[in-house]
Amino acid sequence: MEERTLYTVTVFSENHVGLLNQITIIFNRRRLNIETLSVSPSAIQGIHKFTITVFSDRDTIEKVVKQIDKRVDILKAYFNVDEELVHQEIALYKVSTDQLLKSGSVEELIRKHNIRILEMTETCVVFEKTGHYAENQQLFKELSETIGVLQFIRSGRVAITKSKVERLSDMLSAIEKKMHKNHE
Amino acid sequence: MQSLIAEGVDTVFGYPGGQIMPTFDALYDYMDKINHILVRHEQGAVHAAQGYARVSGKVGVALLTSGPGATNAITGIADAMLDSTPLVVIAGQVPAASLGTDAFQETDLVGVTQPLTKWSFQIRKAEDIPWAVSRAFFIAQTGRPGPVVLDITKDAQNAETEFNYEKCKFIRSYFPTPDTDPATVKEAAEIINSAKKPLALLGQGITLGRAEKEVQAFLEKAQIPAAWTLLGLSALASDHPLNMGMLGMHGNLAPNLKTNECDVLIAIGMRFDDRVTGDLNTYAKQAKIIHFDIDPSEVGKNVKPTVGVLGNVKLTIPKVARLVHEANHNSWIAEFKPLYEREYKSVIKKETEPTDGEIRMGEVVKLISDATGNDAVMVTDVGQNQMVSARYFKFKRPNSFVTSGGLGTMGFGLPAAIGAKVGAPDRTVCMFAGDGGFQMTIQELGTILQSQIGVKMIVMNNNYLGMVRQWQELFFEERYSFTTMINPDFTAIGKAYGIESRQVKKREDLADAIQDMLKDDKPYLLVVEVEKQGMVYPMTPAGTAVTNVLLGDE
Repeated sequence: MEERTLYTVTVFSENHVGLLNQITIIFNRRRLNIETLSVSPSAIQGIHKFTITVFSDRDTIEKVVKQIDKRVDILKAYFNVDEELVHQEIALYKVSTDQLLKSGSVEELIRKHNIRILEMTETCVVFEKTGHYAENQQLFKELSETIGVLQFIRSGRVAITKSKVERLSDMLSAIEKKMHKNHE
Repeated sequence: MQSLIAEGVDTVFGYPGGQIMPTFDALYDYMDKINHILVRHEQGAVHAAQGYARVSGKVGVALLTSGPGATNAITGIADAMLDSTPLVVIAGQVPAASLGTDAFQETDLVGVTQPLTKWSFQIRKAEDIPWAVSRAFFIAQTGRPGPVVLDITKDAQNAETEFNYEKCKFIRSYFPTPDTDPATVKEAAEIINSAKKPLALLGQGITLGRAEKEVQAFLEKAQIPAAWTLLGLSALASDHPLNMGMLGMHGNLAPNLKTNECDVLIAIGMRFDDRVTGDLNTYAKQAKIIHFDIDPSEVGKNVKPTVGVLGNVKLTIPKVARLVHEANHNSWIAEFKPLYEREYKSVIKKETEPTDGEIRMGEVVKLISDATGNDAVMVTDVGQNQMVSARYFKFKRPNSFVTSGGLGTMGFGLPAAIGAKVGAPDRTVCMFAGDGGFQMTIQELGTILQSQIGVKMIVMNNNYLGMVRQWQELFFEERYSFTTMINPDFTAIGKAYGIESRQVKKREDLADAIQDMLKDDKPYLLVVEVEKQGMVYPMTPAGTAVTNVLLGDE
């Protein structure tokens, strides 16, 4: 079997009920496990953007993306590898205030990991860290091994391509031109 | 109803029930404009709509109720998806307020059918009906056709709304026909011009694109021998000198062997199904491959082409043909002949012109094809009857063959033939089935009785599930696990439905029975008792190379 790489699949769709299901069943058929998933309105009104990460070989991901792209309500689907993207995840960590204070230099910890403190009570502190998966994971590991983590949650990946303009806007204007031509 | 009429629908196959009653009530007022055929089971409604669509080139419409009505339709919907048949299936649904409460006869039809349709949509408001119906018809028949499901809640059917119909011509997220890159056209033509031993593979994309003439002109200009896939049958006349027969597991010897000898393989509107390619690792490795298709997700899915030409083959083939030089490949074409002769001697002669032993399926098919002047519509069920029919029935014109290719649905034949006859009332429609598949949808004899649909039904009875039995003989050490059938007197059943029925056991009665069957345009059931342990040859065992052809005489 070919080497499996982490691919980021970006999907732009109309905002209709049931689209997430239409997309995930295509992964299901190929037994691909979705690592992370994030859905939000895109820069263009009425269009939603899905960012999905998945381990796959190139041949399979190419076919899967073509099959997603084929769905009627999908505007565009494409895939990238990490090098082509600026990507980020966010993670929240809840730790015990007592343990944190006992651990030594809080300042050092915060500076080293670029942590923000969102909430602090007598019993617990909530940290926020944004970064790549590995960075957020590293902090989780460090905290677990030292002061312990009471609660931990991370978001799915959000990503932006390194090329200048969001490709969808080009596509939409091309479609509009074509439509006008058809109606002339 | 008004929306359907606005789309030019004049025929609907359906079955009423609780949640679709308001629509059936409206239908009562439109009986002068819409011919509704009442079937006996919802699976039959969808298969009939498929048969109708395949011969008429129009969108087939099925109308059914929620819950069991809708789930009974699933087999047909899945079949239409795999075989790219344009359908609009309209199902009732519980009132919007009851959705998600496990109400009586509620199923999540949209959820269930999403992987099986081009588009599946729930209508909850009457004012959305015209929009959704126009979109459904646009999606079903444009690009690569396919089934669309509309799930209409009962309250949306009941509500009154201003009727404002605008035909859908454009959906911004849907590109039915991809742009053709001129560079691929040029590259394809160059490859074809350099070919010494080209072979063309003809698929259903040709009939769906109504591109039969364009493809024929292209083949003739460059003198390229061609073979068709199961669903490509009737895309070119059977007796055309460049027609080398059928591809695939039970296809003809010559085109299968030549697939691995040609230097350029030209696939036109076909999808390299595993029943055609066998083992992909040994498939046409020596050849440059050109793939013409309208669906970008098919290009490179199973076979990686040297060049893929996207677009409707009706447009792309003439573009390439213009750049292709006239050529002759006489010596290459001549190589097909000895292989045909070998197949004729080993298989075809024994199958179609036997002089002793039990009646063979092949001779039945050939006699009927001859008796109809090779101009009938053939509808088949699935199994040995299907493969033998596909091999020995001959065609003069397109849209003459209806079968369940991708899904391989036993029970498809009878209802699909009903739809085909409704879609082509002036043509003779012959339905070939085995004793197994015929009994899977035998209740549709009631539809024939009620609507007097002149289908000629030929049941080739061997009291076995023949194709499975054949595999058991070849690959399971003759362990015939549950493939014998104890059957009723089919002619008695036919007669009970008021259908003229006749059983034939002897070869000498066959021709007379066929004449009797074809004497008028009324429904007829011909039951032929055929060879019990017949085998369909040639056969390429599943998953092996296309050249690994068994002829059954070694």
